[in-house]
Amino acid sequence: MGKPFVIEDPNREYLEAARSQGQAAAPATPASPPSGEFKFIGKYTPRVDGAKIVTGAAHYTHDLYFDGMLHGKILRSPHAAAEVISMDLSAALAYPGVKTVLRLKEGRVRWVGEQVAAVAATSETAAEEALALIKVEYKVLPHVVEDLKAAETGAPQVNDQANVQPFNASNRGDVEKGFKEAEVTIERTYRTNWEVHQPTETHSSVAMWDGDALTVWDSTQAIHSVRDGLARSLQIPAAKVRVIKRYMGGGFGSKLSANDYTVAAARLAKETDRPVKITLTRRENSYCVGYRPSTRFTVKVGAKKDGTITALQMKNLVCGGVGRGDRCAEPFVDVYKIPNLKIEEFSIFVNTCGSRATRAPGHTQATLALEGAMEELAAALKMDPLELRLKNYSTKSQGDTALPYSLKRLDDCYKAGAEKIGWARRNKVPGAGAGRFRRGIGMASQIWPGAGTPGTLADLRIHADGAVEVECGTQDIGCGTRTHIAVVAAETLGLEPQDIIVKIGDSDYPWAPISGGSLTTPSVAPAVRDAALKAAEYLKGLASKKLGAAPEALTLGGKRVFVKDSPDKAMEWKELTKQLRRIAYFHGERAGYPDDKFAFQTFGAHFAEVEVDTQTGKIRVLKHVAAHDIGRVVNRQTAESQVLGGITQGMSAALFEEKLMDAETGAMVNPNYHDYKVATALDIPEIVPLFMDVPDDRLNNLGVKGLGEPPRIPSSAAIANAVFNALGVHLGEIPMTPPRVLAALKKKEAGR
Amino acid sequence: MGKPTKKIGRRDFLKGMGGGVAGASLAGRLLGKNPLGADGGAPDLEVESRKLVSFTLNGKKIGLEVEARDSLLSVLRDRLRLTGAKRVCNRGECGGCTVLLDGRPVYACMLLAFQADGHDVVTVEGLAKEGKLHPVQQAFIDKDAYQCGYCTPGFLMTSAALLAETKSPTPDAVKNALAGNLCRCGNYRKIYAAVEAAAETMRRG
Repeated sequence: MGKPFVIEDPNREYLEAARSQGQAAAPATPASPPSGEFKFIGKYTPRVDGAKIVTGAAHYTHDLYFDGMLHGKILRSPHAAAEVISMDLSAALAYPGVKTVLRLKEGRVRWVGEQVAAVAATSETAAEEALALIKVEYKVLPHVVEDLKAAETGAPQVNDQANVQPFNASNRGDVEKGFKEAEVTIERTYRTNWEVHQPTETHSSVAMWDGDALTVWDSTQAIHSVRDGLARSLQIPAAKVRVIKRYMGGGFGSKLSANDYTVAAARLAKETDRPVKITLTRRENSYCVGYRPSTRFTVKVGAKKDGTITALQMKNLVCGGVGRGDRCAEPFVDVYKIPNLKIEEFSIFVNTCGSRATRAPGHTQATLALEGAMEELAAALKMDPLELRLKNYSTKSQGDTALPYSLKRLDDCYKAGAEKIGWARRNKVPGAGAGRFRRGIGMASQIWPGAGTPGTLADLRIHADGAVEVECGTQDIGCGTRTHIAVVAAETLGLEPQDIIVKIGDSDYPWAPISGGSLTTPSVAPAVRDAALKAAEYLKGLASKKLGAAPEALTLGGKRVFVKDSPDKAMEWKELTKQLRRIAYFHGERAGYPDDKFAFQTFGAHFAEVEVDTQTGKIRVLKHVAAHDIGRVVNRQTAESQVLGGITQGMSAALFEEKLMDAETGAMVNPNYHDYKVATALDIPEIVPLFMDVPDDRLNNLGVKGLGEPPRIPSSAAIANAVFNALGVHLGEIPMTPPRVLAALKKKEAGR
Repeated sequence: MGKPTKKIGRRDFLKGMGGGVAGASLAGRLLGKNPLGADGGAPDLEVESRKLVSFTLNGKKIGLEVEARDSLLSVLRDRLRLTGAKRVCNRGECGGCTVLLDGRPVYACMLLAFQADGHDVVTVEGLAKEGKLHPVQQAFIDKDAYQCGYCTPGFLMTSAALLAETKSPTPDAVKNALAGNLCRCGNYRKIYAAVEAAAETMRRG
């Protein structure tokens, strides 16, 4: 870095000053203690359920077997567009072991893999064999699976409306005027392809009826949404549906609502009056349950010679199959100070299954484009790309035009990340290196809401024997939510995380939001904290009489309650809870946003170093540094895992992952782990996770924000920019497969 | 120097099918009973396709009747209810179902159950001894070497096999040994760290 970081941000300064004086930042939200005062919060706590996971005792939906349970299988359309004319289920129904067969489709099918019929049988094999006996007569219709072909006049119409639909548009200032003011203007295109979630546990549900009440064990990130969705589809009261998720083998956005096969399982179970399990195969999981929609961005950006951006125009064509895909505008709208901005987004429909939310939907694709354009603009300006970002740094949302951010430490992320990667080592001129192997360093910025959901509930109960349980209708999808809950409750009550009995993953428990959108920790941790603070207050009141000290003079810690100033005056935890005589309930709730004066976002910056083999086109990521401002860190151990995952997945998407289609048949050609490439042990670079770890006290009682999406957002973009720095040409497309690298190099040579 | 731990791959599997030891040892053990048992085996089978197998599973001798086409994985999960080995890809691509066969890591989805006849099989449920976790299990907890935990049993079995073979695996040996296991959450760096930590614990005894 040439210049020191000087970012003036009065709101951040106020917040930090208030914190340092122990003052409340907002009336409803007392400042939580500094990280240093906590014993567990912000430290490394191993998962409370670790022993279960490593011994195989953690039971996932796949692992559930019930007496009399039948296995369901789904017959899926082999055609990308067709009319179902007739269906003959009789042979399947007569097959040994088959208990029932359901027709699931009338009329039109629009993609290969759409549900047509379902079978329930005594074994999976029998169900699968019976599927082959279902006779379906189709009238095959023309289809299209390529976005640009679908946009042509005369292309087969996919949905009931035209294939190209305006999706999102916004304007700020006057771009025409802004481009006139610009001294340097570049226009570039960026493309992201279809990336499939591919969780290790394929989608799976078990449905069981008890009279008119339904219980579903589901591999889901959203028990309450699944309950509501099933109630709607089956037309039964939501209160008659219970959804349970104990353990789940990955979701990444693909398991956020009730699935059509789960509805089928419930119907099969109803018909047979037996539990029915449907587990998708890896193949089905590859093409039937969504993917990240593709994008085609055109970005035009203009700036003064000193790097001040005067205007930016973005047009994007999103393709999410039969669905609308993701809105991608937000990072363009929010990250940098851009006075004049024009956004236009369109959806293109094609005949493949609808896309689904995929870890940081929209932001990930947009960040590749926006941050690619920043890197290319810096090159055009002959400027340090980091200085360009600082030049256009904003302290208010909507590109410095709306509410101030409560806390934004992106500048600190830049500083810490640049130092760790050795930013000065990059090629000052992109592509300046020589020889077969070229190295480069690139960066990208990140923004994501992650502020959590007000109204999230958690109940804490203390038994007279001293046992503490926390009940919350959230779900642990691998982020360590069970442990976060235990950490927060134990911290507040002066116990150990292992002392807390955590009950989650059941829609009969108090409401919590989906585990998606980085919502879980900033929703659940404050609710648990609230309940635990109430419990602590109550217990101190109880102890006060016995210890002859005012409740304010007492502290809970080390499994006892004691007088702060004379720790010898104490009561053991069990002695204290004995006073309860019966179970004591404490209801916790995540409070609302304090006021409408501030915007809350998470921020971060990634820095990647790559080596490109210019002969083979193979890219190797050598090092990846991730600096994040996500408020207070609850558990550093699981937080680091989140970052490792975001980078590994981002690298995988940047280099390998692409759902490939056969235009003739409309089918996915790589629906397995062998042909759909994902990063494995040999691909992983050195990874450095860094956290600013400063609570955003205006937001909630712990100052925590979400971390699920943030590390995924800039990871692919930083790698693409590092490749640009190595080669002097931005590929403008991910995955950056060897053929694409070689094509870009060829194009660059031809341009010279 | 530790050498990469070998897995039984597709080729070995096909060789095994061509009259290998496991297949030969089953000759003459065909049964003639109705294949449709209470556990719901697939129907409509050739009588000859059922076989009686016996093997050691997590230290205990077991014997059961399987269909020739049953994979070891389906027998472990659907019949024996040992669900630690996961069915992730069911075609030898990800290692989620890795178990030890005579100490070697194998993909249980790629091995027919009858091929386990007479062999020693260990699943993740059998990795801990007398209530004490295997050092690699403890290291996975200590290092947070998992996220969703679904691939974890497979990684543990491969790692345990590596550590049984090599006391001080180099970082490259660890990576190479784990190259056949897939963690979609992307926690590889912590998995390497856990295996190295477990190696150290084991060296200290």
